[in-house]
Amino acid sequence: MRHLLLIAMPTLILSAGMAQSATIEVTIEKMAFSPAEVEVKIGDTIEWVNKDAFVHTATVKGGWDVQLPVKKSGSVVVDKAGTLDYYCRFHPNMKGRITVAP
Amino acid sequence: MRVRLISGIAAIAALGLAGSLSLATAADKPSDPQIAHIAYTAGAIDVEAAKQAIAKSKNKDVVAFAESMLRDHEAVNKQALDLVKKLNVTPEDNATSQALSKAATAERDKLSGLEGAAFDKAYVDNEVAYHKQVNGALEGLLIPSAQNAELKSLLETGLKLFRGHQQHAEHVAAALK
Repeated sequence: MRHLLLIAMPTLILSAGMAQSATIEVTIEKMAFSPAEVEVKIGDTIEWVNKDAFVHTATVKGGWDVQLPVKKSGSVVVDKAGTLDYYCRFHPNMKGRITVAP
Repeated sequence: MRVRLISGIAAIAALGLAGSLSLATAADKPSDPQIAHIAYTAGAIDVEAAKQAIAKSKNKDVVAFAESMLRDHEAVNKQALDLVKKLNVTPEDNATSQALSKAATAERDKLSGLEGAAFDKAYVDNEVAYHKQVNGALEGLLIPSAQNAELKSLLETGLKLFRGHQQHAEHVAAALK
């Protein structure tokens, strides 16, 4: 029991420290990111949920490349302000934009 | 009447690259079992083309594109098979499917004689033309003709997917130049 408490304590502190940042969900369905544009803050997490029967990615040219297998999700934490245009490498007509506020 | 229409579609399909199935706007429409067969055949053709490209091409972008085609068309065809099973429909072979297969065999033979950059260019150019042709057929004939709502919905998803493939092929084609 004492052991459990010791483990639980740091976890609590850690999650309290992260309470400020949010997770923003973007759904992928029928070959589109929805919503296609999101506004977030530094430290926020973007989570893509792939509801399609096809493999997708959320990719920033020269930046991150999130693999999104069928019916799975993937995420990134945004760490700097600015506008990020991303697309799906397998279906380049699928596009999205993240605006990151400082 | 039906025979004339189907041979009309077949003639257009047989035009292959330059032809557009969307021109086939005759009053008589293919039935759901025929549509299912045409859609499945069109997908299987692109799967075979992708396998050939993966085996032959040394170009990273071309191989990545072909892998995408293989994955997506297999996924759609699996959905199509699941759907016809669920609906208890037997896909019906028809002149359009046969014309598509015939044109695809000719294309595959042509590509098998090419190597390197010549192969890459011919494969990708054909992928652009082929997706354009299939998308035209989906939009102009197959989707409007489909009676079953689930079949129609799957074809619509396919159209969105294949439009993406067409754009992807166009990107790869532009990069090869």
